[in-house]
Amino acid sequence: MTFAPAVSPDGVLTVRERADIVAAVAQEFADDVDAASRFPSEAVAALRAQRLLGASVPRELGGEGLTVTELAEVARVLGSACSSTAMVFAMHHGQLLSITRHLGDVASLATLVQRIAADDLLVASATTEVGSGGDVRFSSCFVEPAADAARLRVIKHAPVISYAEYADIVLVTARRGADVAPGDQVLIVAESDEVQLERTSTWNTLGLRGTCSHGYVLTAEFDADRVIPAPYEQISTETMLPVSHVLWAAVWLGMASAAVQTARRFVRAAARRNIGSVPLGAPGLVSLIADLEIFETTVSSAARGVDSVAPADLGRIDAVIRMNNLKVQASTDVAGLVGRALVITGIAGYRTDTEFSLGRLFRDAQGAALMVHNDRILATNAQLVLLSKGTR
Amino acid sequence: MTDLDRIHRVLDAHGKLRASAATVGDDDDLYAAGMTSHASVNVMLGLEDEFGVEFPDELLTKATFCTVRSMAAAVTDLMVSV
Repeated sequence: MTFAPAVSPDGVLTVRERADIVAAVAQEFADDVDAASRFPSEAVAALRAQRLLGASVPRELGGEGLTVTELAEVARVLGSACSSTAMVFAMHHGQLLSITRHLGDVASLATLVQRIAADDLLVASATTEVGSGGDVRFSSCFVEPAADAARLRVIKHAPVISYAEYADIVLVTARRGADVAPGDQVLIVAESDEVQLERTSTWNTLGLRGTCSHGYVLTAEFDADRVIPAPYEQISTETMLPVSHVLWAAVWLGMASAAVQTARRFVRAAARRNIGSVPLGAPGLVSLIADLEIFETTVSSAARGVDSVAPADLGRIDAVIRMNNLKVQASTDVAGLVGRALVITGIAGYRTDTEFSLGRLFRDAQGAALMVHNDRILATNAQLVLLSKGTR
Repeated sequence: MTDLDRIHRVLDAHGKLRASAATVGDDDDLYAAGMTSHASVNVMLGLEDEFGVEFPDELLTKATFCTVRSMAAAVTDLMVSV
Protein backbone atom coordinates (compact mmCIF):
# COMPACT_ATOMS: atom_id res chain seq x y z
CA MET A 1 0.00 0.00 0.00
CA THR A 2 1.61 3.28 -1.04
CA PHE A 3 0.76 6.90 -0.74
CA ALA A 4 2.63 10.16 -1.14
CA PRO A 5 4.05 10.73 2.35
CA ALA A 6 3.24 14.06 3.97
CA VAL A 7 6.05 16.01 5.57
CA SER A 8 5.63 16.44 9.32
CA PRO A 9 5.32 19.90 10.88
CA ASP A 10 9.03 20.18 11.62
CA GLY A 11 9.77 19.11 8.07
CA VAL A 12 12.07 16.34 9.19
CA LEU A 13 10.15 13.08 9.52
CA THR A 14 7.43 11.77 7.25
CA VAL A 15 4.20 10.36 8.65
CA ARG A 16 5.44 6.88 7.77
CA GLU A 17 8.71 7.43 9.63
CA ARG A 18 6.84 8.65 12.70
CA ALA A 19 4.59 5.59 12.53
CA ASP A 20 7.63 3.33 12.33
CA ILE A 21 9.10 4.92 15.46
CA VAL A 22 5.87 4.28 17.38
CA ALA A 23 5.62 0.75 15.98
CA ALA A 24 9.08 -0.09 17.30
CA VAL A 25 7.99 0.95 20.80
CA ALA A 26 4.69 -0.91 20.45
CA GLN A 27 6.46 -4.05 19.31
CA GLU A 28 8.82 -3.97 22.27
CA PHE A 29 5.97 -4.06 24.79
CA ALA A 30 3.34 -6.00 22.82
CA ASP A 31 3.90 -9.32 24.59
CA ASP A 32 3.71 -7.72 28.03
CA VAL A 33 0.60 -5.72 27.10
CA ASP A 34 -0.99 -9.01 26.08
CA ALA A 35 0.22 -11.06 29.03
CA ALA A 36 -0.76 -8.44 31.60
CA SER A 37 -3.93 -7.40 29.73
CA ARG A 38 -2.80 -3.82 30.22
CA PHE A 39 -3.03 -0.55 28.33
CA PRO A 40 -0.11 -0.04 25.90
CA SER A 41 0.94 3.12 27.68
CA GLU A 42 4.44 3.21 26.21
CA ALA A 43 3.17 3.04 22.65
CA VAL A 44 0.45 5.63 23.28
CA ALA A 45 3.06 7.91 24.85
CA ALA A 46 5.09 7.45 21.67
CA LEU A 47 2.02 8.32 19.57
CA ARG A 48 1.72 11.49 21.60
CA ALA A 49 5.43 12.27 21.25
CA GLN A 50 5.15 11.82 17.48
CA ARG A 51 2.08 14.10 17.41
CA LEU A 52 0.03 11.32 15.86
CA LEU A 53 -3.07 11.64 18.07
CA GLY A 54 -4.00 15.19 17.11
CA ALA A 55 -2.87 14.74 13.52
CA SER A 56 -6.31 14.13 12.00
CA VAL A 57 -7.58 17.50 13.21
CA PRO A 58 -7.82 19.95 10.26
CA ARG A 59 -4.91 22.36 9.82
CA GLU A 60 -7.10 25.38 10.52
CA LEU A 61 -7.67 23.99 14.03
CA GLY A 62 -4.03 23.20 14.67
CA GLY A 63 -3.78 19.62 13.42
CA GLU A 64 -2.15 18.19 10.29
CA GLY A 65 -5.35 17.31 8.46
CA LEU A 66 -4.14 13.77 7.77
CA THR A 67 -6.39 11.98 5.31
CA VAL A 68 -8.07 8.67 6.07
CA THR A 69 -5.60 7.11 3.61
CA GLU A 70 -2.67 8.45 5.63
CA LEU A 71 -4.26 7.39 8.92
CA ALA A 72 -4.86 3.93 7.46
CA GLU A 73 -1.18 3.62 6.57
CA VAL A 74 -0.25 4.41 10.19
CA ALA A 75 -2.88 1.96 11.44
CA ARG A 76 -1.44 -0.75 9.22
CA VAL A 77 2.13 -0.14 10.40
CA LEU A 78 0.99 -0.22 14.04
CA GLY A 79 -1.13 -3.32 13.39
CA SER A 80 1.99 -5.22 12.36
CA ALA A 81 3.59 -4.37 15.71
CA CYS A 82 0.84 -4.49 18.38
CA SER A 83 -2.83 -5.12 17.63
CA SER A 84 -4.05 -3.37 20.77
CA THR A 85 -2.04 -0.19 20.16
CA ALA A 86 -3.24 -0.13 16.56
CA MET A 87 -6.88 -0.58 17.56
CA VAL A 88 -6.59 2.25 20.12
CA PHE A 89 -5.16 4.46 17.33
CA ALA A 90 -7.93 3.47 14.92
CA MET A 91 -10.77 3.91 17.40
CA HIS A 92 -9.36 7.25 18.56
CA HIS A 93 -9.27 8.76 15.06
CA GLY A 94 -12.69 7.44 14.01
CA GLN A 95 -14.02 9.14 17.13
CA LEU A 96 -11.99 12.34 16.72
CA LEU A 97 -13.11 12.75 13.13
CA SER A 98 -16.70 12.28 14.32
CA ILE A 99 -16.22 15.50 16.27
CA THR A 100 -14.21 17.47 13.72
CA ARG A 101 -16.39 16.66 10.72
CA HIS A 102 -19.60 17.64 12.52
CA LEU A 103 -18.56 20.70 14.53
CA GLY A 104 -21.10 22.93 12.83
CA ASP A 105 -20.27 26.41 14.03
CA VAL A 106 -20.15 25.63 17.74
CA ALA A 107 -17.24 27.75 18.97
CA SER A 108 -16.63 25.87 22.20
CA LEU A 109 -16.37 22.57 20.32
CA ALA A 110 -13.85 24.12 17.93
CA THR A 111 -11.82 25.36 20.90
CA LEU A 112 -11.87 21.89 22.43
CA VAL A 113 -10.69 20.39 19.14
CA GLN A 114 -7.82 22.89 19.07
CA ARG A 115 -6.83 21.63 22.52
CA ILE A 116 -7.04 18.02 21.33
CA ALA A 117 -4.65 18.89 18.51
CA ALA A 118 -2.28 20.96 20.62
CA ASP A 119 -1.98 18.42 23.43
CA ASP A 120 -2.57 15.20 21.45
CA LEU A 121 -5.46 14.23 23.72
CA LEU A 122 -6.84 10.68 23.54
CA VAL A 123 -10.51 10.19 22.64
CA ALA A 124 -12.58 7.18 23.78
CA SER A 125 -16.24 6.49 23.09
CA ALA A 126 -19.20 4.81 24.76
CA THR A 127 -21.67 3.80 22.07
CA THR A 128 -22.91 0.34 23.05
CA GLU A 129 -25.34 0.03 25.92
CA VAL A 130 -26.54 -2.80 28.14
CA GLY A 131 -29.91 -3.92 26.84
CA SER A 132 -29.54 -2.81 23.23
CA GLY A 133 -27.82 -6.03 22.19
CA GLY A 134 -24.83 -4.31 20.63
CA ASP A 135 -26.96 -2.24 18.25
CA VAL A 136 -25.45 1.23 18.49
CA ARG A 137 -28.33 2.82 16.57
CA PHE A 138 -30.52 2.78 19.66
CA SER A 139 -30.05 4.12 23.18
CA SER A 140 -32.18 3.90 26.24
CA CYS A 141 -30.08 6.34 28.29
CA PHE A 142 -30.93 9.98 27.75
CA VAL A 143 -29.74 13.53 28.28
CA GLU A 144 -31.33 15.18 31.31
CA PRO A 145 -30.71 18.26 33.45
CA ALA A 146 -27.91 17.84 36.00
CA ALA A 147 -28.16 18.75 39.68
CA ASP A 148 -26.46 21.98 38.64
CA ALA A 149 -29.34 23.28 36.52
CA ALA A 150 -27.03 25.04 34.08
CA ARG A 151 -25.55 21.70 32.99
CA LEU A 152 -26.74 18.41 31.56
CA ARG A 153 -26.17 14.83 32.62
CA VAL A 154 -26.29 11.31 31.23
CA ILE A 155 -26.00 7.96 33.00
CA LYS A 156 -25.08 5.06 30.74
CA HIS A 157 -24.63 1.36 31.46
CA ALA A 158 -21.99 0.40 28.92
CA PRO A 159 -20.97 -3.24 28.44
CA VAL A 160 -17.61 -2.11 27.02
CA ILE A 161 -15.78 1.20 26.75
CA SER A 162 -12.30 0.75 25.29
CA TYR A 163 -9.46 2.47 27.24
CA ALA A 164 -11.98 4.68 29.04
CA GLU A 165 -9.73 5.14 32.08
CA TYR A 166 -6.85 6.38 29.90
CA ALA A 167 -8.77 8.81 27.72
CA ASP A 168 -8.86 12.59 27.98
CA ILE A 169 -12.17 12.85 26.13
CA VAL A 170 -15.07 10.38 26.18
CA LEU A 171 -17.79 10.53 23.54
CA VAL A 172 -21.18 9.26 24.67
CA THR A 173 -24.24 8.46 22.60
CA ALA A 174 -27.60 8.94 24.27
CA ARG A 175 -31.18 9.79 23.42
CA ARG A 176 -31.75 13.51 22.97
CA GLY A 177 -34.12 13.50 25.98
CA ALA A 178 -36.25 11.27 28.17
CA ASP A 179 -39.28 11.39 25.88
CA VAL A 180 -37.75 10.79 22.48
CA ALA A 181 -37.54 7.64 20.35
CA PRO A 182 -34.65 5.19 20.92
CA GLY A 183 -33.16 6.05 17.54
CA ASP A 184 -33.16 9.80 18.17
CA GLN A 185 -29.61 9.98 19.47
CA VAL A 186 -27.04 12.68 20.02
CA LEU A 187 -23.27 12.53 20.54
CA ILE A 188 -21.91 14.15 23.69
CA VAL A 189 -18.27 15.26 23.98
CA ALA A 190 -17.29 14.92 27.65
CA GLU A 191 -13.88 15.60 29.17
CA SER A 192 -12.40 13.01 31.52
CA ASP A 193 -12.86 15.19 34.60
CA GLU A 194 -16.56 15.44 33.74
CA VAL A 195 -16.92 11.66 33.62
CA GLN A 196 -17.32 9.20 36.50
CA LEU A 197 -16.64 5.57 35.73
CA GLU A 198 -17.84 2.72 37.93
CA ARG A 199 -16.35 -0.50 36.58
CA THR A 200 -18.86 -3.32 36.23
CA SER A 201 -16.86 -5.91 34.31
CA THR A 202 -13.24 -6.61 33.49
CA TRP A 203 -11.86 -7.16 29.99
CA ASN A 204 -10.14 -10.53 30.19
CA THR A 205 -10.28 -11.86 26.67
CA LEU A 206 -8.58 -14.16 24.21
CA GLY A 207 -7.01 -11.28 22.33
CA LEU A 208 -6.87 -7.48 21.90
CA ARG A 209 -6.24 -7.57 25.62
CA GLY A 210 -4.58 -4.15 25.71
CA THR A 211 -7.71 -2.29 24.58
CA CYS A 212 -8.92 -2.45 28.19
CA SER A 213 -12.55 -2.58 27.12
CA HIS A 214 -13.99 -2.92 30.60
CA GLY A 215 -17.70 -2.44 31.31
CA TYR A 216 -18.82 0.63 33.26
CA VAL A 217 -21.67 2.64 34.56
CA LEU A 218 -20.71 5.99 33.10
CA THR A 219 -22.02 9.24 34.54
CA ALA A 220 -21.15 12.40 32.67
CA GLU A 221 -22.02 16.01 33.45
CA PHE A 222 -21.49 18.57 30.71
CA ASP A 223 -22.54 21.89 29.21
CA ALA A 224 -25.24 22.01 26.56
CA ASP A 225 -22.79 23.19 23.91
CA ARG A 226 -20.89 19.92 24.22
CA VAL A 227 -23.75 18.07 22.55
CA ILE A 228 -22.90 17.92 18.85
CA PRO A 229 -25.80 19.53 16.94
CA ALA A 230 -26.00 16.95 14.14
CA PRO A 231 -28.09 13.84 14.89
CA TYR A 232 -25.90 10.87 15.83
CA GLU A 233 -27.38 8.85 12.96
CA GLN A 234 -25.84 11.32 10.54
CA ILE A 235 -22.49 11.40 12.36
CA SER A 236 -22.49 7.61 12.41
CA THR A 237 -23.23 6.98 8.73
CA GLU A 238 -21.17 9.90 7.38
CA THR A 239 -18.10 9.55 9.58
CA MET A 240 -17.94 7.17 12.55
CA LEU A 241 -18.74 3.98 10.64
CA PRO A 242 -16.92 4.55 7.33
CA VAL A 243 -13.77 5.92 8.97
CA SER A 244 -13.76 3.27 11.71
CA HIS A 245 -14.33 0.42 9.28
CA VAL A 246 -11.48 1.60 7.04
CA LEU A 247 -9.06 2.13 9.95
CA TRP A 248 -9.97 -1.18 11.61
CA ALA A 249 -9.49 -2.93 8.26
CA ALA A 250 -6.07 -1.28 8.00
CA VAL A 251 -5.15 -2.55 11.49
CA TRP A 252 -6.24 -6.05 10.51
CA LEU A 253 -4.25 -5.77 7.28
CA GLY A 254 -1.21 -4.92 9.39
CA MET A 255 -1.83 -7.94 11.62
CA ALA A 256 -2.22 -10.23 8.60
CA SER A 257 0.92 -8.75 7.03
CA ALA A 258 2.93 -9.50 10.17
CA ALA A 259 1.73 -13.10 10.17
CA VAL A 260 2.59 -13.49 6.49
CA GLN A 261 6.04 -12.01 7.16
CA THR A 262 6.58 -14.65 9.84
CA ALA A 263 5.47 -17.38 7.46
CA ARG A 264 7.89 -16.05 4.82
CA ARG A 265 10.82 -16.07 7.27
CA PHE A 266 9.96 -19.61 8.33
CA VAL A 267 9.85 -20.94 4.77
CA ARG A 268 13.06 -19.15 3.78
CA ALA A 269 14.83 -20.54 6.88
CA ALA A 270 13.65 -24.04 5.96
CA ALA A 271 14.92 -23.58 2.41
CA ARG A 272 18.38 -22.54 3.62
CA ARG A 273 18.60 -25.62 5.85
CA ASN A 274 17.99 -27.88 2.87
CA ILE A 275 19.27 -26.12 -0.19
CA GLY A 276 17.96 -27.62 -3.40
CA SER A 277 14.60 -28.71 -2.05
CA VAL A 278 11.39 -26.72 -1.89
CA PRO A 279 10.04 -26.65 1.68
CA LEU A 280 6.57 -28.13 2.19
CA GLY A 281 5.14 -24.76 3.23
CA ALA A 282 6.25 -22.90 0.09
CA PRO A 283 3.23 -23.52 -2.17
CA GLY A 284 0.86 -22.48 0.65
CA LEU A 285 2.98 -19.37 1.16
CA VAL A 286 2.53 -18.43 -2.49
CA SER A 287 -1.25 -18.29 -2.28
CA LEU A 288 -1.03 -16.59 1.13
CA ILE A 289 1.01 -13.76 -0.39
CA ALA A 290 -1.41 -13.46 -3.31
CA ASP A 291 -4.38 -13.22 -0.97
CA LEU A 292 -2.61 -10.67 1.22
CA GLU A 293 -2.13 -8.46 -1.85
CA ILE A 294 -5.84 -8.63 -2.59
CA PHE A 295 -6.50 -7.60 1.03
CA GLU A 296 -4.07 -4.66 0.61
CA THR A 297 -5.93 -3.51 -2.49
CA THR A 298 -9.29 -3.78 -0.71
CA VAL A 299 -8.15 -1.59 2.15
CA SER A 300 -6.33 1.06 0.12
CA SER A 301 -9.24 1.31 -2.31
CA ALA A 302 -11.71 1.72 0.55
CA ALA A 303 -9.55 4.38 2.20
CA ARG A 304 -9.30 6.35 -1.05
CA GLY A 305 -13.04 6.00 -1.47
CA VAL A 306 -13.74 7.57 1.92
CA ASP A 307 -11.31 10.43 1.19
CA SER A 308 -12.71 11.18 -2.26
CA VAL A 309 -16.42 11.24 -1.39
CA ALA A 310 -18.30 14.05 0.39
CA PRO A 311 -19.44 13.01 3.89
CA ALA A 312 -23.09 13.38 2.89
CA ASP A 313 -22.61 10.82 0.11
CA LEU A 314 -21.20 8.36 2.64
CA GLY A 315 -24.72 8.41 4.13
CA ARG A 316 -26.18 6.94 0.94
CA ILE A 317 -27.46 3.40 1.33
CA ASP A 318 -25.05 1.97 -1.26
CA ALA A 319 -22.08 3.55 0.56
CA VAL A 320 -23.28 2.18 3.90
CA ILE A 321 -23.56 -1.29 2.37
CA ARG A 322 -20.03 -1.00 0.97
CA MET A 323 -18.49 0.12 4.28
CA ASN A 324 -20.31 -2.62 6.16
CA ASN A 325 -19.14 -5.23 3.67
CA LEU A 326 -15.59 -3.95 4.08
CA LYS A 327 -15.70 -4.66 7.81
CA VAL A 328 -17.11 -8.16 7.33
CA GLN A 329 -14.65 -8.98 4.53
CA ALA A 330 -11.56 -7.58 6.26
CA SER A 331 -12.33 -9.22 9.62
CA THR A 332 -12.80 -12.56 7.88
CA ASP A 333 -9.61 -12.04 5.85
CA VAL A 334 -7.39 -11.37 8.86
CA ALA A 335 -8.52 -14.49 10.73
CA GLY A 336 -8.09 -16.60 7.61
CA LEU A 337 -4.66 -15.25 6.69
CA VAL A 338 -3.25 -15.50 10.22
CA GLY A 339 -4.63 -19.05 10.53
CA ARG A 340 -3.02 -20.11 7.27
CA ALA A 341 0.27 -18.53 8.30
CA LEU A 342 0.12 -20.54 11.53
CA VAL A 343 -0.33 -23.77 9.57
CA ILE A 344 2.71 -22.94 7.42
CA THR A 345 4.89 -22.28 10.47
CA GLY A 346 3.72 -25.50 12.09
CA ILE A 347 4.91 -26.32 15.60
CA ALA A 348 7.35 -23.40 15.62
CA GLY A 349 4.45 -21.00 15.18
CA TYR A 350 2.23 -22.93 17.57
CA ARG A 351 4.81 -22.66 20.36
CA THR A 352 4.74 -19.40 22.28
CA ASP A 353 8.48 -19.03 22.71
CA THR A 354 10.07 -19.14 19.29
CA GLU A 355 11.01 -16.52 16.71
CA PHE A 356 8.03 -17.73 14.67
CA SER A 357 5.39 -17.65 17.41
CA LEU A 358 1.97 -16.62 16.05
CA GLY A 359 -0.19 -17.24 19.13
CA ARG A 360 -0.81 -13.61 20.11
CA LEU A 361 -1.59 -12.56 16.54
CA PHE A 362 -3.87 -15.56 16.11
CA ARG A 363 -5.80 -14.71 19.28
CA ASP A 364 -6.01 -11.03 18.40
CA ALA A 365 -7.23 -11.84 14.89
CA GLN A 366 -10.23 -13.80 16.19
CA GLY A 367 -11.60 -10.61 17.74
CA ALA A 368 -12.04 -8.80 14.44
CA ALA A 369 -15.23 -10.62 13.45
CA LEU A 370 -16.74 -10.12 16.89
CA MET A 371 -16.28 -6.44 17.61
CA VAL A 372 -19.27 -5.44 16.25
CA HIS A 373 -20.39 -8.95 15.41
CA ASN A 374 -20.36 -9.68 11.68
CA ASP A 375 -23.79 -11.30 11.90
CA ARG A 376 -25.24 -8.02 13.11
CA ILE A 377 -23.62 -6.12 10.24
CA LEU A 378 -24.82 -8.67 7.68
CA ALA A 379 -28.36 -8.40 9.08
CA THR A 380 -28.24 -4.62 8.63
CA ASN A 381 -26.95 -5.00 5.08
CA ALA A 382 -29.58 -7.65 4.32
CA GLN A 383 -32.19 -4.98 4.99
CA LEU A 384 -30.42 -2.32 2.94
CA VAL A 385 -29.90 -4.47 -0.16
CA LEU A 386 -33.69 -4.73 -0.43
CA LEU A 387 -33.52 -1.14 -1.64
CA SER A 388 -30.13 -0.49 -3.15
CA LYS A 389 -30.03 -0.66 -6.92
CA GLY A 390 -26.25 -1.12 -7.22
CA THR A 391 -25.77 1.18 -10.20
CA ARG A 392 -22.61 3.29 -10.31
CA MET B 1 -57.06 9.11 -2.91
CA THR B 2 -54.41 11.79 -3.25
CA ASP B 3 -50.70 11.02 -3.38
CA LEU B 4 -50.39 12.45 0.10
CA ASP B 5 -53.04 10.03 1.35
CA ARG B 6 -51.19 7.14 -0.26
CA ILE B 7 -47.96 8.23 1.43
CA HIS B 8 -49.77 8.45 4.76
CA ARG B 9 -51.11 4.94 4.23
CA VAL B 10 -47.60 3.58 3.62
CA LEU B 11 -46.35 5.39 6.71
CA ASP B 12 -49.14 3.97 8.84
CA ALA B 13 -48.41 0.47 7.55
CA HIS B 14 -44.62 0.56 7.93
CA GLY B 15 -43.35 3.73 9.58
CA LYS B 16 -44.02 2.73 13.20
CA LEU B 17 -44.78 6.34 14.01
CA ARG B 18 -46.07 7.09 17.45
CA ALA B 19 -49.25 8.65 16.04
CA SER B 20 -51.24 8.24 12.83
CA ALA B 21 -49.50 9.74 9.79
CA ALA B 22 -52.40 12.10 9.11
CA THR B 23 -51.58 13.91 12.38
CA VAL B 24 -47.95 14.48 11.37
CA GLY B 25 -47.20 17.73 9.56
CA ASP B 26 -45.85 17.61 6.01
CA ASP B 27 -42.57 19.14 7.20
CA ASP B 28 -42.26 17.33 10.52
CA ASP B 29 -39.20 15.16 11.06
CA LEU B 30 -40.46 11.60 10.76
CA TYR B 31 -37.45 10.20 12.61
CA ALA B 32 -38.34 12.40 15.57
CA ALA B 33 -41.90 11.09 15.24
CA GLY B 34 -40.67 7.57 15.89
CA MET B 35 -39.56 6.21 12.51
CA THR B 36 -36.39 4.16 12.99
CA SER B 37 -33.79 3.40 10.30
CA HIS B 38 -35.22 -0.12 10.13
CA ALA B 39 -38.75 1.19 9.64
CA SER B 40 -37.58 3.74 7.06
CA VAL B 41 -36.30 0.92 4.84
CA ASN B 42 -39.76 -0.65 4.94
CA VAL B 43 -41.36 2.72 4.20
CA MET B 44 -39.07 3.11 1.18
CA LEU B 45 -40.06 -0.35 -0.05
CA GLY B 46 -43.72 0.46 0.58
CA LEU B 47 -43.48 3.68 -1.44
CA GLU B 48 -41.76 1.88 -4.34
CA ASP B 49 -44.53 -0.69 -4.30
CA GLU B 50 -47.38 1.83 -3.93
CA PHE B 51 -46.21 4.20 -6.67
CA GLY B 52 -44.48 1.72 -8.98
CA VAL B 53 -41.21 3.61 -8.84
CA GLU B 54 -37.65 2.71 -7.94
CA PHE B 55 -35.54 5.08 -5.88
CA PRO B 56 -32.07 5.22 -7.48
CA ASP B 57 -29.10 4.95 -5.09
CA GLU B 58 -28.51 8.73 -5.20
CA LEU B 59 -31.90 9.27 -3.58
CA LEU B 60 -31.49 6.58 -0.91
CA THR B 61 -30.45 9.04 1.78
CA LYS B 62 -31.92 10.00 5.09
CA ALA B 63 -32.85 13.42 3.69
CA THR B 64 -35.19 11.99 1.06
CA PHE B 65 -37.29 10.19 3.65
CA CYS B 66 -37.11 12.70 6.46
CA THR B 67 -40.47 14.39 5.88
CA VAL B 68 -43.70 13.63 4.07
CA ARG B 69 -42.97 16.58 1.77
CA SER B 70 -39.52 15.29 0.80
CA MET B 71 -40.94 11.83 0.07
CA ALA B 72 -43.75 13.31 -2.02
CA ALA B 73 -41.27 15.38 -4.02
CA ALA B 74 -39.03 12.37 -4.71
CA VAL B 75 -41.97 10.19 -5.74
CA THR B 76 -43.40 12.92 -7.99
CA ASP B 77 -40.05 13.40 -9.75
CA LEU B 78 -39.73 9.68 -10.36
CA MET B 79 -43.28 9.29 -11.66
CA VAL B 80 -42.77 12.15 -14.10
CA SER B 81 -39.60 10.59 -15.48
CA VAL B 82 -41.15 7.14 -15.90
